[in-house]
Amino acid sequence: MTNVPGIFTAEQQELRSLARRFLEENSSSPQVRSLAEGAEGFDEGIWKQMAELGWQGIAIPEEYGGSGYTFTELGVLLEEMGRALLPAPFFSSVVLGANAILNVATDAQKKDILPGIADGSARPTLAFVEDAGRWDQAGIGLEASESKGGYQLTGHKNYVIDGQTATHLIVTARLDGKVAFFLVDPAADGVTKTSLETLDPTRKQARIAFEGTPATLLGDAGAEDALTKTLDQAAVGLAAESVGGAQWCLDTATEHAKTRVQFGRPIGSFQAVKHRCAEMLIEIEMAKSAAYYAAWAAAEDEQELPVAGSLAKAYCSEAFFHAAGTNIQVLGGIGFTWEHDAHLYFRRAKSSEIFFGGDDYHRELIADRTGVTA
Amino acid sequence: MRWRIEDTPEQAEFRKEFLAWVTKNIPAGWAEALEAGDEEKFAKAYSEFNVMEWNSVIGGAGYAAPLWPKEYGGLSGEVWMQNVVREELARLRLPLFGINILGIGLAGPTLIQHASDEQKKRYLPKILTSDEVWCQLFSEPGAGSDLASLSTRAEKDGDEWVVKGQKVWTSIAEWAKFGMLVARTDPSLPKHEGLTYFICPMKDDNVEVRPLKQITGASEFNEVYLNEVRIPDSQRVGEVGQGWEIARTTLMNERVALSGLSTSPESFLGGARKDPWKTFVESVPNKSDTLVRQNVARFFIEREAKEMTSFRAAAARRMGEQPGPEGAAGKVFNADMNQRQTSFAMNAAGPAAIAWHPDDKLADGRARAFLRARGYSIEGGTTEILKNQLAERILGLPRDPQADKGVPWKDIKRS
Repeated sequence: MTNVPGIFTAEQQELRSLARRFLEENSSSPQVRSLAEGAEGFDEGIWKQMAELGWQGIAIPEEYGGSGYTFTELGVLLEEMGRALLPAPFFSSVVLGANAILNVATDAQKKDILPGIADGSARPTLAFVEDAGRWDQAGIGLEASESKGGYQLTGHKNYVIDGQTATHLIVTARLDGKVAFFLVDPAADGVTKTSLETLDPTRKQARIAFEGTPATLLGDAGAEDALTKTLDQAAVGLAAESVGGAQWCLDTATEHAKTRVQFGRPIGSFQAVKHRCAEMLIEIEMAKSAAYYAAWAAAEDEQELPVAGSLAKAYCSEAFFHAAGTNIQVLGGIGFTWEHDAHLYFRRAKSSEIFFGGDDYHRELIADRTGVTA
Repeated sequence: MRWRIEDTPEQAEFRKEFLAWVTKNIPAGWAEALEAGDEEKFAKAYSEFNVMEWNSVIGGAGYAAPLWPKEYGGLSGEVWMQNVVREELARLRLPLFGINILGIGLAGPTLIQHASDEQKKRYLPKILTSDEVWCQLFSEPGAGSDLASLSTRAEKDGDEWVVKGQKVWTSIAEWAKFGMLVARTDPSLPKHEGLTYFICPMKDDNVEVRPLKQITGASEFNEVYLNEVRIPDSQRVGEVGQGWEIARTTLMNERVALSGLSTSPESFLGGARKDPWKTFVESVPNKSDTLVRQNVARFFIEREAKEMTSFRAAAARRMGEQPGPEGAAGKVFNADMNQRQTSFAMNAAGPAAIAWHPDDKLADGRARAFLRARGYSIEGGTTEILKNQLAERILGLPRDPQADKGVPWKDIKRS
């Protein structure tokens, strides 16, 4: 039997162990910390190596320069990246950028942009949310206008992931009231980028203002469905990352509970500690199922994606946050220090929980999407 | 959830055969009514259904226990056959084991592994056809989570054993002909070593079965008093002192064979109501309220995540992998979820949850479910014991220090 849902093939398992080895070498704690302190937030050399391994293009169709695998393989990579807290514009350019292009752009535009993403030379990001911090389409206020045979954007975007370093900005805007995606050169006239302080230093964010900035329309206006799909895919991507991060927290807490001795016993023999570890294990098992199911839905079952994506986002980000908090508690004093990596995962967990809609937001989507009506 | 595993040709063939067999043995129009979603027509077909006869027929055909050897009435089959049978029975709202759930699910596999050939020939076929119903005499008032500390005594007297003690939480005892009994045969040995496994006659004047009225007011379980019951040595299973090892076989089958199944009388009868999730959502008022919606969505998410986890585990087993943490993890998760969900349903209903017209079946059922749910984190392995197991066996955390390790049972401190 091959391709049983929820079970990884030998090839997918090989991809996972390769990714784990690569990230252990190239996203170790000192490397993560040094990149987190810098302004760029990623390492060009490692980014190129990832492209040589075919990671950026893994789920991009072959006709656009990728290797034509699916969200399931992409999910495997994201899970490992979440585990290693890889600081790189992978989520922004591959999960957000490439999928937005695939969902909305014309064939010619795809041929123009996607091969660059696959080979690592293009690092687009999606500029979607604005100052109001709304994750739905109604939050889009940035105006696009048409004149002299082209489009111009005026307004702002906020919380743009890797906005400071992206090579392309994919900007959602209103064109005659409809949702439209535009491609903007970050170096174009009227673009002002401000780097933000971030709770999670491994994932940089920027506020970007546009003042009569020239822009290219991607596909057609009226791209509400393409936007919804992109956001659902983003939810699936974050869920996969979160599962990897949560597993690191469980592994770290378990290892500590086995070796830390107090009152003459390893603390993991005390039920108060042991049961917290078991609770993490249970929640992470459930979270993995939700994340794998969502990746499968993103790959194979478009109709199921909206429910599966929101479900995975809500469940996995909560599980990650619980695990990150519990890990600090099991670690005790050392977990509260700057020196231990526990806080980096705690920061990532809260940040991912809020990105693309918090748990409450996705639960409301679930209620709506499963027909919970009065 | 829409994950599906495709049948192999061999599996598809078996499914077809089984369905053809089922159709011949249930009232006409049953499957068609379900397919059409016609509850009225289904109710009519169900009214012609004789559950006792069905138990006997499906048992006699071997489908109730595909894994059992052919010589004892099974199909000498593989695990997937059991899955196929379960899937089809659930889909057709037919009872799986019927009243002899403990006989077929627990006693049978235990006897197959540990009993003598004579015992197997004597007991197995009648378990399968439900001619002889079985129950399980394990838990005692003084031995719950720490089952191996049990104190029911069996003393040898010639060719017989004289058994004295009390068992509790025994489902089906009132209908059972035999009980799987673990009793202490040597109190001078450490607790695990002094136990022996017996087949206990239940229709015996010295066996007293008293219904145990539980938190809901109903009685799903019994107390069983063994007042110097005489059991012939020929009804001893395995060696003297091997009782704990054999009991573990029974317990393992309890987890594997019965996980997710209920021993409540309703579940023996088939004809189950419609999708429990839909029923739950329909029963919740004020669904435009934000908090209500949040809660309903949370339960939907948890229920689906649990389903997906069961599916992953089943898929892994089909690929030949050993069962992982999902059994114990799923049980702990389910118990907690059910308790929160039934409590939420009460709050959502408001005052109608705490007082209702005597004819209001919905309100009565809601209150019962709310009360019943407290048992889920206690029965079949408490949440605390299961968390220990997950932490120790899956995560490899060290065990608690054991105060009774190596100590003769008679010297162990007991409450």
